[in-house]
This record gives sequence, structure tokens and C-alpha cells, in this order.
Amino acid sequence: MKMMMNCKDVTRLMSERYERTLSLRERMSLQVHTAMCVGCTNYGKHLEVLRKATARLREGNAGGEK
Amino acid sequence: MTHADAQAGSPPWDDATIAAIRRDMLRFARMQLRDGGAAEDMVQEALMAAMSSAKRFEGRAAFKTWMFAILRNKIVDHIRASSREICASALIGRAGEDAELEDFDVLFDRRGFWNPDDRPATWSDPEASFEQAAFWAVFDICMNNLPEHIARVYTMREFLELETAEICARLGITSSNCFVILHRARLGLRECLENRWFQGEAR
Repeated sequence: MKMMMNCKDVTRLMSERYERTLSLRERMSLQVHTAMCVGCTNYGKHLEVLRKATARLREGNAGGEK
Repeated sequence: MTHADAQAGSPPWDDATIAAIRRDMLRFARMQLRDGGAAEDMVQEALMAAMSSAKRFEGRAAFKTWMFAILRNKIVDHIRASSREICASALIGRAGEDAELEDFDVLFDRRGFWNPDDRPATWSDPEASFEQAAFWAVFDICMNNLPEHIARVYTMREFLELETAEICARLGITSSNCFVILHRARLGLRECLENRWFQGEAR
């Protein structure tokens, strides 16, 4: 892996962390990058929102107010 | 549950409840299957299975959760049986991972950093959005905007909670290919939700 990850690499790793355990090095690179990058910090939060949304759909709690 | 319900052991359903749950189940099934007919059949089967069961429920929410669990299992069975044929043609013959992600290159500059216009913004109170029916309509649209094979892998992972290893094995693709497809689904969904929902909401 490159020493400095760009946003493209970071978004990919942020997705992969739902699929596999990241190495220490990968986790540190992510942390270093997000500390400086608002866009990727938001991206990470948005993936969590997606997670919660799909969980809602899965449980049948996605009807919204009628 | 009221005392009378508990005594009679009667299920917490009436026509309106069934209709509402059926609608939600149908949307869920359509998202996975992209086949209106198959989705209808599966929802019908799940409903009948649930209604003919003698199981008792602590109210409507528990009943609905249980029905969704039945539906999910039926969809998993269906996908387990048919995913190879359905997906193989879409997945094979692709030019590989880089081609898969090519359409997202426009989000980033030459060095791989966000273009200013595409940089993910702050989403205000997503939990509040979850309570609005309009949000879920947009979510539907965004799911449907994903290419079919991408959406399928994503729903197998997130809605049916299959492990990535099983998904790859079923579809006959490598795990790194699987990761890329899931990444692409998340990129696309996020982008769509931001453009169609959260951006307007921030006004």
C-alpha cells in the first residue's frame, strides 16, 4: 500500500472494513487521513447511515410516518 | 397486547395491519428480486405461513418483525437456488475491478482526492429521515439506480446478511471482486442519497 492514501483509496478501505479485518497499518492510515479530510470523515459516517438504513429495511421498520 | 388478545391468543392483525405490512414486505422483496411476480409470490407465501402459525406475538411490531424474518429466509432460499444463473452472465465477462469503478472516477481529481463539488457533505439528523416515508421512497429509487448485479450482491450482504465468503462462492467470483462490487454499491447509494435527499434537506 502507498504511504499516503488518497480519498479514492480511503473510501475503498472504509467499505472493506465491513467485510474483513483491516491490518493495523491500514487502520492507522485511515485515521491519519480522516483526521485531515472532512469529506472522508463524512463518507465514513454516511456508510454507517447506510448500515442503519438497511438494518431498518431488514427488520421491516422502514415504513415511515403514515 | 390487550388482555382480551392474550386470552384468545388472537394475532394482532386486522385488514389494515396486514395491508400495511404486505406493502412494506413487497417493497423489501422487490428490492432484492427485481421481479414483481416473484416478489408477490414470496410475500404471499410468507404472509400465509405467518398467519397460519399459532405463534403468539407481543403486539404488531413483533408480528411484523417475525414476518420479515420469514420473508428474508424465503428470499435467501430463492437466491441460493438461483443466484448462479441470474448473476453469472452479468458478472462474467466484465473487464475487471478497475472498469467496475470507472464511472466513479469523476468524483475524484487526478490525484484521487474529492472534487470540491462531490465531497461528501454533512448529513443533518439521518435518524429523523428514517421516520419519513418520503425518505424510503428515495432510498428505493437509489437502490434501483444501481446496476442489477451490483444491487444483488449488496442486498445479499446487507439485507439478507449473508457472509461475503458465501456470496462470492455462490456467484463464483473472487472475494476482491466482491469487495469492489460492495464498495461500488455503497459509493453509488451514498451519492444518490446525498443528491436526492440530504442535499435538499439541508436548505
